Order: sequence, then structure tokens, then C-alpha cells
Amino acid sequence: MSMADKPLRLLSPDGALELDPRLPLDLGTVDLRALYRDLVLTRRLDTEAIALQRQGELALWPSLLGQEAAQVGAGHALREQDMVFPTYREHGVAFCRGVDPVSLLGLFRGSTLGGWRPSECHFHLYTLVIGAQTLHAVGYAMGVVRDDAVSNGDENRDTAVLVFLGDGSLSEGETNEAFVWAAAQHLPVVFFCQNNQWAISAPYRTQSRIPAAERARGFGFPGLRVDGNDVLACLAATRHALDMARSGGGPTLIEALTYRRNPHTTADDAGRYRSAAETAHWAARDPLTRLRSHLTSTVDDKFFAAVEDEARCLAERLRVGCRAVPEPERSSPFEHTYAEMPADLRRQHQTYLDSVRQ
Amino acid sequence: MNISMVKALNNGLRRALDEDAKVLLVGEDIGKLGGVFRVTDGLQKDFGEERVIDSPLGEAGIVGTAIGLAMRGYRPVCEIQFDGFVYPAMNQIISQLAKIRHRSAGDLALPVVIRIPYGGGIGSIEHHSESPEVYFAHTAGLRVVTCATPQDGYTMIRQAIACDDPVVFLEPKRRYWEEGVVSESGESVLSLHQSQVVCPGKDLTLLAYGPTVATALDAADASDRGIEVVDLRSLSPVDIDPVLESVRRTGRAIVVHEASLSHGFGAEIAARIQEEAFYHLEAPVIRVTGYDTPYPPSRIELDWLPGVDRILAAVDRSFSY
Repeated sequence: MSMADKPLRLLSPDGALELDPRLPLDLGTVDLRALYRDLVLTRRLDTEAIALQRQGELALWPSLLGQEAAQVGAGHALREQDMVFPTYREHGVAFCRGVDPVSLLGLFRGSTLGGWRPSECHFHLYTLVIGAQTLHAVGYAMGVVRDDAVSNGDENRDTAVLVFLGDGSLSEGETNEAFVWAAAQHLPVVFFCQNNQWAISAPYRTQSRIPAAERARGFGFPGLRVDGNDVLACLAATRHALDMARSGGGPTLIEALTYRRNPHTTADDAGRYRSAAETAHWAARDPLTRLRSHLTSTVDDKFFAAVEDEARCLAERLRVGCRAVPEPERSSPFEHTYAEMPADLRRQHQTYLDSVRQ
Repeated sequence: MNISMVKALNNGLRRALDEDAKVLLVGEDIGKLGGVFRVTDGLQKDFGEERVIDSPLGEAGIVGTAIGLAMRGYRPVCEIQFDGFVYPAMNQIISQLAKIRHRSAGDLALPVVIRIPYGGGIGSIEHHSESPEVYFAHTAGLRVVTCATPQDGYTMIRQAIACDDPVVFLEPKRRYWEEGVVSESGESVLSLHQSQVVCPGKDLTLLAYGPTVATALDAADASDRGIEVVDLRSLSPVDIDPVLESVRRTGRAIVVHEASLSHGFGAEIAARIQEEAFYHLEAPVIRVTGYDTPYPPSRIELDWLPGVDRILAAVDRSFSY
């Protein structure tokens, strides 16, 4: 595989199905409408969050525009018992995982440091320090093995771990340690790298001279390079890799080649480091348009209209919900720092309460 | 039973492994080799490779995967081979391990113990004699403790493993081979975070922890004053009330540690004493510590480390006020 090799895909940019024996997918098991719905809702969530940031309701928002197919495809491959470790941009995966979209806003509003219960959603908190979560995923997978929750042939019990990373993360030592551990211990973990080609202002060539997927072989597990704007390819690759992991086949690195069409966050100015022409090139390869083009021949307008209605409702819920996110409790810095608050901290807590009451 | 601290820690780990199937040991060379100091000697043979795990070389990996294991319900006990090797794991310890309970509003407990042999005095080479305790003690969300005797090695490691918060467990490597009486029956009268008066005295309070407790006791023995030695045992949280009670009685305090002077743990203790026992002080709180330099070549380390003579000189200085 070289940089010039085309990533695997199942849907052409104009929406034509191009099945590929290298990436098998049983279409009978795929709910195309559900995929389309989640793509639209994920995009709407993102659009609305950007608007809320512009209105001063959020301090910051990392947009996923252009990466919806990678996230929704991967999200639809998960089973309930699987565990997900996101970066801070996996709003689409969070949505698929059933995390309340309003709770995604709390972190970026300055209302919370987390926002949801990872133990319930099986979706860990966002991790802002690049690559740190890859090791958490590997450790979790070590626990899965010790719980005898792989290769039992029981689809409700066998468990995989799906961890997201970006192209910038490939250069972090911790990510590379995670690859080493996962390979050496043959763990049920899937590394899903959304190569969106930009780590803030650093283009992919800053991190690597070869495609991310090619690195996997050096560590000792397979790498798959897929078109990250093709939701079917992302679904197929992730399903395959998660099945491998659950059945004791060890780790996989998936590189979903996509593009971060918006700046890194709402605080970034992408005009300083990349051309409008490049962004326009990728806008023309939009993942939603691709699936919609495919669906148009078989799905009637009523379906598309219903999805639009649902998106409008979601937007309204986010607008109202964001403003209704409770302010952090005054005492919250002191809560849950320890299982039990040490006496010294109790004294500081009292001093703090006395000072904020004045 | 008279045993070394290494053996006491080994017995404590063995009992923890025996009592709770969720306890795992993870570290470099801890299996067949038993760790470079043999603290885990024989444990892999008896509990298997799935519970006493020889890790790849990578300290961030050791701590980072321990976090993941804890999220899955395990109680990992990590061994960092030497003090100077812990720094590659600092992101995982400070930004992840210490904060995840808080960030998850209590949803995720991380009962992870990080064992670190620390301190100097064993004639070792660079990066093998450091005292990094303050980096951890300055981080909210971590508990930081250190044992000074075989008995505390045995009881405190078990208490640390039973604790639902992350614990940095510092083992004074130059006391590893010193023997002491260890009772393995009955519950400890001291909790993990209690300080302890280990030698009563009425004239001056000498505060130490880990490797310097024995040095402080030697100094108390050599002095003709009545020196009260307090083993702090826990650096975060610090059990300050018995310290204050002692200083209010004696009116004088000296803090001893191997770590560098400035911004060290002694500064915290001195601040707390002057804040809360100011009118009882007959003299300023004095610090007897390592210096603000890198750790020296081992052939001169005894000049650099706080020893009995420097402590006795500080005692004289305190009484000169």
C-alpha cells in the first residue's frame, strides 16, 4: 500500500454501490435509512453547536463536519457491551451510543468536566490530551480478556473495545505504546483513526510518510484503509474488526481517510494554513450527499422530509437544552476528588464556601 | 516475625492477591525475576501470568493500561522500577489517573496503586536515587504514602490496595533490606494516612518520612535533648493534627527529607506549623534536606543526603534562638 493506493470503498462518490470482496458487507443486515438519519442528525448537532458557540452559549466547539460517515459507520458496528474511548470530536459516535446530545455541550459550555456516565453509556468521557485514551482502551481490553469475555461464541457476551484517535495522535508516544501492548497481548481492541488530514495546522505529512494503516503491520496486527466519507465502508471495516476482536483475533487499526472541513475548533483560523480550494474539493465529496444519492432511487421524499423534521426538533432541543444546562454546583470542585474527602480538604471546602457566600 | 521490608511487602502483596481476585500486579520484570528488588518474588509462580503481569517497557503504558483495567473493575498494582523512571508516566498519572473520578462525577473509581522504590543511599547510578514525592503530593486526586518500616510495608500496601482512590506508594529502597518485627495478624491500629510518633520527646519535634525516619531516630538517639520523632507516613493527605500537637508541646520543629530543599515537602510542613502553631514556636521551623541540584554521583551521595550530623547541627541551631 502506498499513499497513492485508493482506500477501500463500497459507495462511489455519486452514490453507486461498488461492492468489494476485500471489504465484505451483507447488505441484508444494514439499515440504510437508519444510517442516513444518524448522519443527518449528527451534522445538525454539529451545526447547532457551532451556532451556540457563536451566540456565546458555548466557549468552544470542535466541529466534526465532513467526518459524519466515519463516526456513524463505526458507531453502527458496535454492540451494547462493547466499550468506546473517544477523543473530543466523536459527537457522532456519542449520538449512536445514546449519549444525550445536550450533555455533550456541558463540557464546552464550561458547566461540567465530563457530562455523562461512562459506565452506563459504554462511552468514555472525552479525552483532550492527545492519545492518552488509547492506553485506557488497551487496559480495558486486558480486563475484558481476564473476564473471559472474548471468543466464547456468544454475541451478547463477547466484547470488543473501540478507541478513536486522529492522525496527529499517531505521533504521540502513548499511542505507539498502546499499539505495542495491544499487539503483544493480542487484545480485543480496534484502533479507529480518523485521518482528517489536519492536526490543527499540521498536515498529515508532518506525522508520517506512509498511510496510517500501513503502520499496523510493523506493530504486528492488520491495518485497513477505508474511504472515511463512505459510511458503508466504515461500517463494514469496523464490523469486521470488532468481530475479529470479539472472537479472539486481536487488534486492528482502521484508517478512515476523511477531511476536517471546519477549523480545528471554533477558536481556530484554518485560513492561515490551508486553501479554500482544498476545503471546497472535500466539500464536493460530502458523505451525506453520497448516501442520499444512493437512497434516492429507493426511498421516497417523505422519508427525507421526516428526517429533516427530526433534525429540526433536535436543533430546537439543543438550543433550549444548552441554555438550561444547570450551572455547576458551587461545591463541585470539591466533590468526587476523592472517594472520601480528606479532613484537610474539608477545611478548605469550608473556607471556600465562606468566601463565595460573602 | 523478623523480616525485611522487601519480604513484608511481598507478603502484603501476596495476601492482597489471595483475598481479592480483582487485584493484579503489573510491571517490568516482576514475574520470573520477581522485580529488580525481588518485591514480587514468587508471586507470578503462585498466581499466574494473568495476575502478575510482565509488562512491555513503557511506564505510560503501565499506568495508562492500569487506568483501563480499573475502569473494567480491577485493582491494578503497578511497579515502576525506579523513581527516575516514573516521568514518562506523568501524563497518565497527573492528567488522567488523578482526575477521572472527578471528571466522571464519581462514576469511575480508579483504585490503582503505583509502587515506586525511591530515594538514594544505595550507591546506585543516575536516575536511580531520586525523591519525586512532591510532584505527586501537589496533584489533587492522588493519595501519596510512604512506609518506613517492614510492619508499615506490610500493612500499608494492603491498605493502599484496598483504597478506592489512586495511591502513589513510595518505598524507601535503602530500607528494603533492614529487618523488623512484622505482625501479620489483626487489623492495623493506624489508618493509611495517619502520622505516628515513633519516639517520644519533650524538647523538639523531628519530622521525617520514608528513608529518613531511621536517620531521624538515629539522630534522636545521639542527641542529649528529648527529641520527639514523628513518622509522617502519608504526604497527601498529611495528618497534620498530631504534628501540631507535638510542636505545641515542644515549641521547636525540624523537617527532614532527601528531596531537594526549595518547594519541597518541608516547606509545606513549615507553612502549616507557622499558620496553626505560631505562638507556640520558640524557633523557626528548620529544614534538613537534599540540595537544589541534580542527585550527585553516588560516591559523594552521603555528603548530599541529610544525615545524623546535619540533623544534630539543626537541633543546635533551633536551640540557639
